[in-house]
Amino acid sequence: MTTTLVYDGTFEGLLTAVFEVYEHRLEYVKLVKGECRNTALFDSSMEILTDEPRYSRVLKGLQKKLSASGMQRLYVAHLSGIDDADPAVLGYIRYVFDAPLNIEEDYGNRYVMRVSEIVKMMRREKHRMEAFIRFQKLQDGLFYSVIEPDFNVLPMLIRHFKNRYADQKWMIYDLKRKYGIYYDLHQVEYMEMDFSDGQGAANVVSSFNEDEDAYQHLWKNYFKSVNIASRKNTKLHIRHIPKRYWKHLTEKI
Amino acid sequence: MNLERITEKLNILADAAKYDVSCASSGSKRKNENKGLGNASNGICHSYTEDGRCVSLLKILLTNHCIFDCAYCVSRKSNDIKRAAFTVQEVVDLTINFYRRNYIEGLFLSSGIFKDADTTMERLVQVAKKLRTEHKFNGYIHLKSIPGASDELMREAGLYADRLSVNLEMPTEEGLKLLAPDKDRKDMIQPMGFLRNEIIQRAEEKKLFKKAPMFAPAGQSTQVIVGATAIEDDRAILYSANHFYQAFKLKRVYYSGYVPVLADNRLPALNTAVPMVRENRLYQADWLMRFYGFRVNEIVNNDQPHLDLDIDPKLSWALRNMQVFPVDINKADLQLILRVPGIGMLSAQKIVSARKFNKLNWDHIKKLGVAVNRARYFITCNSNAYERRDLTGTRIKQFILAESQSKYLKNKPDQLSLF
Ligand code: SF4
Repeated sequence: MTTTLVYDGTFEGLLTAVFEVYEHRLEYVKLVKGECRNTALFDSSMEILTDEPRYSRVLKGLQKKLSASGMQRLYVAHLSGIDDADPAVLGYIRYVFDAPLNIEEDYGNRYVMRVSEIVKMMRREKHRMEAFIRFQKLQDGLFYSVIEPDFNVLPMLIRHFKNRYADQKWMIYDLKRKYGIYYDLHQVEYMEMDFSDGQGAANVVSSFNEDEDAYQHLWKNYFKSVNIASRKNTKLHIRHIPKRYWKHLTEKI
Repeated sequence: MNLERITEKLNILADAAKYDVSCASSGSKRKNENKGLGNASNGICHSYTEDGRCVSLLKILLTNHCIFDCAYCVSRKSNDIKRAAFTVQEVVDLTINFYRRNYIEGLFLSSGIFKDADTTMERLVQVAKKLRTEHKFNGYIHLKSIPGASDELMREAGLYADRLSVNLEMPTEEGLKLLAPDKDRKDMIQPMGFLRNEIIQRAEEKKLFKKAPMFAPAGQSTQVIVGATAIEDDRAILYSANHFYQAFKLKRVYYSGYVPVLADNRLPALNTAVPMVRENRLYQADWLMRFYGFRVNEIVNNDQPHLDLDIDPKLSWALRNMQVFPVDINKADLQLILRVPGIGMLSAQKIVSARKFNKLNWDHIKKLGVAVNRARYFITCNSNAYERRDLTGTRIKQFILAESQSKYLKNKPDQLSLF
């Protein structure tokens, strides 16, 4: 019989669910994110209440059997928000606990393989953002950027941008997921803003720093100048920068 | 800022610099430890040109004024073009402002030789020095070493730059004599030798004293032009590259397909196509030498002076060496697996890891990222289904070509029945 586990969608919730799987010796489980429903209707469902002592025990157990990078991969896979990510992480963790040795590299296992695929997609998106983010300098000196990544990679970008732009204030806003990260020269904070009135973009342009237009103009010119027309290869170009990223790229607007 | 003038200069001096294909910005380990601007450890491509090349650095000439007259170069003295020159401050401002907006990883600064080698080199060094000391800039800096510049200047350059490069331009001495008679190959080799020794020595020091300054941490590279003369076949080019990798410890050799920009009877005519396929094959061969454990004479030799344009050099080698195959994917050494067409570095490593858990079958191999439609002619695995026919190299080539739709295909698949 399949038991439906209803959890809050967080990583901690997911780990708590793992705990319950072992606690109740469940075999077939299905994960559902959201509120608990009327349990009388779904008698095979179980509400998972995210619980610190429980998920900590799972975490500790995992730490004993996985490398640090293996742990991190599980978190990254979860972060992706892809539909089958959490079930794959769950399957992976059960495989870790059931196997006598470290299975991180057992790509023959479908959960290990799927987690590896998701992590690869996340890393690619992270790299793309590190490349494609374009800051615009505003009057108050803030370097501001808007992105719409395929997956939820903002938390993975903090370290890179904090190290690199240590001496300027910056903000990166994920328009799809409606939150951003802001660096104030000391630390990075998460923040929420609402641009749904459609005024956001116009306000940004009107608050450009005096040199902003000039440097955007120079960059666009530079981009045109480095092209070698006799080598044109549009297919390759689009493979490197898929069209969906163009609208936030200064040189492609 | 006089936007119009700067724009014009940028257009001229970026245009003149673009034929230098090197755009690497990786291999340095410069960190942002002084709470300054930037770091140079990532090698990110921030954009791609419409011809699909990576844009990672602000790649410009300081000036396109030049006292030399190299036949293959747009900036040569006798070419009637607009000339321009940046001031040191202008280059610094562009670099900083582009970098802050996350357009670039850093600066690649080269120059035409105005007045003499030392004056030119000194100006390049000034830019790097200003960026590093006045602006706490830790982004990537690649400086061109001007042939003939003094050791003293080269040493200073190495203290500020991440990478230095002297372009050989022509793969062989004969080629250089033909197209750049003012230039002496010795002037190029001399600074390369100097830098090699200096880099080795400074790296030793750095091991002993953590505080010792970095010296060109991303090493040196060079570029050769491909297809400007007929005397330089792929064998000459790759043997030369191999020599420079070994004797001068170069990090990279870049191959730049000649873009006909000038009418000169020593050069290919203006309407000649850029040899892009050949250039790509040379890069593939270069990878085989550097990462896949191939020796240069396995790739090109007297019997095989040119790389095959239809197929990549790895497949080409495999087809000439069918006695090595089939390889058992569950047993063979990593080195041998790397030689199988259709298996890249990553998949090879994954195969070696994954086979400890399970004997791998076709399904596994496919999931590990192997191009099975190629590899299947060369491997066996834990399955009875394998290519049983005793195929010759020529037949395999036909099958593979018929299936592949590579843009690098010289012949359209429907013409293949000709051979
Ligand atoms: S010295 Fe350099 S810039 Fe001058 S013509 Fe020769 S290749 Fe061109």
